[in-house]
Amino acid sequence: MSDLSFDIAHLLAGGLVLISLLMLYQDRLTALINVFAAQAVTLSLSVAWQAYVQQAPHLYVTAVIALAFKALAIPVALHRIIKRLGIHREIDQVVGVGPTMLAGIGLVALALVVMLGVTSEADRLAREDLAFALSVVLLGLLMMITRRNAVGLVVGFMSLENGLVLAAAGAKGMPLVVEISVAFSVLVAFIVIGVFLFRIRERFETVDVAALDRFRGGQG
Amino acid sequence: MGVTALAALLLIPIGAAAVLALISSYRLSAALNVLASAAALVVAGSLFFHRPPGGLYLRVDDLSVVFIVLSAFVGFTTSVFSASYIAHEVEIGRLTPARLRFYHAMYQVLMFAMNLALIANNIGLMWVAIELATLTTVLMVAVYRTHEALEAAWKYFILGSVGIALALFGTILVYVAARPVVGQGLVGMVWTDLMAKANAFDPALLNLAFVFLMLGYGTKVGLAPLHAWLPDAHAEGPTPISAVLSGLLLNVALYAVLRFKMLLAANQTAIAPGPLMIVLGLTSLIFAGFMLYRRPDIKRLFAYSSIEHMGIIAFAFGMGGPLANFAGLLHMTMHSLTKSAIFFNVGHIAQVKGTQRMADIRGLTVTHPVLGWTLVAGVAAIAGLPPFGIFTSEFLVVSSTFARQPLLAIPLVFGMLLAFGALLLKLQGLAFGDPSPGAARARASYLPMFGHLALVLAAGVFFPPLITAWFQHVARLLG
Repeated sequence: MSDLSFDIAHLLAGGLVLISLLMLYQDRLTALINVFAAQAVTLSLSVAWQAYVQQAPHLYVTAVIALAFKALAIPVALHRIIKRLGIHREIDQVVGVGPTMLAGIGLVALALVVMLGVTSEADRLAREDLAFALSVVLLGLLMMITRRNAVGLVVGFMSLENGLVLAAAGAKGMPLVVEISVAFSVLVAFIVIGVFLFRIRERFETVDVAALDRFRGGQG
Repeated sequence: MGVTALAALLLIPIGAAAVLALISSYRLSAALNVLASAAALVVAGSLFFHRPPGGLYLRVDDLSVVFIVLSAFVGFTTSVFSASYIAHEVEIGRLTPARLRFYHAMYQVLMFAMNLALIANNIGLMWVAIELATLTTVLMVAVYRTHEALEAAWKYFILGSVGIALALFGTILVYVAARPVVGQGLVGMVWTDLMAKANAFDPALLNLAFVFLMLGYGTKVGLAPLHAWLPDAHAEGPTPISAVLSGLLLNVALYAVLRFKMLLAANQTAIAPGPLMIVLGLTSLIFAGFMLYRRPDIKRLFAYSSIEHMGIIAFAFGMGGPLANFAGLLHMTMHSLTKSAIFFNVGHIAQVKGTQRMADIRGLTVTHPVLGWTLVAGVAAIAGLPPFGIFTSEFLVVSSTFARQPLLAIPLVFGMLLAFGALLLKLQGLAFGDPSPGAARARASYLPMFGHLALVLAAGVFFPPLITAWFQHVARLLG
């Protein structure tokens, strides 16, 4: 593999990790969703580049799914949901930014040590891809722990899933990648619908009718 | 012949699901549900005699056939129980016709997903099937649409999804480890090829993969500390689903763990997967043992008992060796049968009493002698009293542990005694004493629970040599 194609793959995968770290300290939901969309775009580019390098046309399908579904459809839906629920200005962070970032850096270091340690025999690209992918997965898990809001939780899960797609695309010639990314998209779609139903329900059950009117009034 | 059996195992449930989604008469759809499950059971039984050759996607071997038959059998009896349970739910208006259609269709989709996971010859396909099974059970847990049910479904959903994501990462790592040896593309995910060449895989990658797979699928098995979804999902969903979750879905996830354990065992330089399973198993056993004492809800009580038993089973398979594996297989079978029988019973009890709170359920043997004494028998069986089959399997687990690792037997026996005490304590309040109000006559289908308990009793008294030989053979395969 030429150095240039390796460098580009490296750049894109590293970009995913960087955006995951960015997501950790976004305390407003709107900003969080926007950063997630940026990660999905990066993921889509990264998968498309893998498709080109490995000459695996089916990976282009995965890239298109990532772009259309995760970079466009889901963020738009989430933006609408948080507007409807009136939580788009809410601050959502359980642990402070400092400790979260430190934990995040620790997790990335852990992922690199573990992955680079065990994959000494695999080829260079797959190796670094897996290390980056594990970092994204662990950061996604961390984000799910530090968020209280269901929307934040969902974004955390989706960024975790971005790491998985990166790993699957990086594993050369892995079959069923498209099927798995479709299966995951279905899962995520269910979660988003679930958030919507769940949050709506929660709102209406905890407030009485008068408060419900006020709530609607507050929406304008 | 064999190939058609495999196809039928998948086509019957999926076809039934499509038809059931359209029928809103509950009599017709419940009958059809039973019929489809019975057909699947017949097909599953035929696999004992005609084994199709393995392909790139599907195959059946000596290990999976045990799981397939058990799952088809409990699936069938649960569908019989479900028919009478659902009739009551429809009567009191908890299930509308639309939800009923949805419920029945989802039941068959779940059967489809579990069959697919069990006959998949491909680690990717198996993952997809287990994901599908998770999704359908989430939807079924939420079917009552109460606040608690939605919350339980949500918790199950999030934890299940994280578990599934971790399992996928492990699956990818297995592929990466296999690719240089087995070759690129689909063959790199086929069980039979992986098993044949496992010795040449990179052991470090396999080790890491197993940690992810164990945590991922272990979440679905309900092993502590990843069990948090299990009690809620059992308590808030319809009771037939609690029975299927405990009796089958936990087993299917365990099957996935066992398969990967065999893969690691086939590689001589990889870590032994046993200790990890032993630690998780013992943690679950002891943790659940303590939790059993303070449960206010009857379905949650038995959900924790499922965690306890999955802990014992994981422990037995973690110990490995022909005797412990045999005990594990036996315990798994007995637990599936007993626990689903208990849930059948508890479902009817909750219906006649109109509550799941144990404080409001007392003196069952007085008001409802049949239900009450069946509960006594079921709890005696699940607590491990002789002459029931669980006594035999627990005895085997303990004695094989004593023979090899006496120190490990101490926490094991401690956990078993803890759970034993808790269950008998709770049973005393439930079954005896002054009866609580609520004397509605039960219109129960007793046949499924009697059948299960009779099998468990029979297994404790006399275990057919044919099945013993079969289990011994499978136990040797498990290594």
